[in-house]
Amino acid sequence: MRVPPDWYLILALILFVLGGTGLLVRRNVLVMFMCVELMLNAVDLTFVTFSRTLDDLGGQAAVFFVLVVAAAEVVVGLGIIVAIFRRRTDATADDAHILKG
Amino acid sequence: MSGVGAGVSRLVGTLGLLAYNGAHNPHAEHLAVGADWAVYLVGAGMILAGALGVILLRNPVHCALFLVITLFGVALEFVDESADFLAAVQVIVYAGAIVILFLFVIMFLGVDRKDRVAKEPHPAQRPLAFALGLAVLILVLVLAGFGTWSTGAHSLSGPLYSGNGPADDVGRLGQTIYTRFLLPFEMTSALLVISIVAAVVLARGRHRVAAEMSGEEQAALRDGATPPGDAAGDRPPAPVGAGGPVAADPEEKP
Repeated sequence: MRVPPDWYLILALILFVLGGTGLLVRRNVLVMFMCVELMLNAVDLTFVTFSRTLDDLGGQAAVFFVLVVAAAEVVVGLGIIVAIFRRRTDATADDAHILKG
Repeated sequence: MSGVGAGVSRLVGTLGLLAYNGAHNPHAEHLAVGADWAVYLVGAGMILAGALGVILLRNPVHCALFLVITLFGVALEFVDESADFLAAVQVIVYAGAIVILFLFVIMFLGVDRKDRVAKEPHPAQRPLAFALGLAVLILVLVLAGFGTWSTGAHSLSGPLYSGNGPADDVGRLGQTIYTRFLLPFEMTSALLVISIVAAVVLARGRHRVAAEMSGEEQAALRDGATPPGDAAGDRPPAPVGAGGPVAADPEEKP
């Protein structure tokens, strides 16, 4: 017996909500970034589930590109974080208000 | 545990997505009968435990390690759904590269300490965030239960399963990416190059800050002399971060 797609979708929904809640709750910029990764993984899971369910390769191709974009996003985001840490010594998101100029 | 399972089963039954179940190609299965449920449950447990750890733990290093658990769980679910290539890429790229990058930045910056919670700028934010997350969860479940699902026409990328035998998703995915998605694929390579350049520019900065220089260079800077420009090759890189040198940076004060 196969696992019905609903279970994967519910799991992806819970993972997405956990990631979004963590993004709002946490103050550490690095942990907020990890929560963004959680949300991206939830969407990946949804893509793969619908790819299997609808017998369409587009979902898996989309996940492939999401992986690439996530890698690029992490590189640039961590670069920004390192640049901020050059000036500030603390790790909270509120310190990014210096970006206001 | 059985009560929770029964509740989830009822919830699944209300979702109205069960019409999909008859649409599968039987060739899509490549795990043994019964093993897919075991893989699903193990993967789901890893995903949820890892996500909760990322959210709740205070130390960013622990958060990164729990993120690895979640990513492995997602890779397990990919295997369960016959997406073998994506499972391998998930482990290699996410768990092997991205989390290592996270850990490297955490160690490099010396921020493996707790959140600063003494000064709370917005006291109502955390309860509101939890309430918002719960509201989104319930809202999507309700929408999924009452809404009508339509998926429209298939995309141009072709079917995932066809012919006989188990799904050959590696070959099909490669063929699709190098033919149908060739232009996006080339654009992702350009995106990667741009992001690498951007990371180097962001991390180095246009001018070297004082904390980046060696001791005699800082002394020369204090004496008003111009620091040696590109003599970076014959000196070890000065330690950056960990609070101390950056805080002592004279350019810190505007």
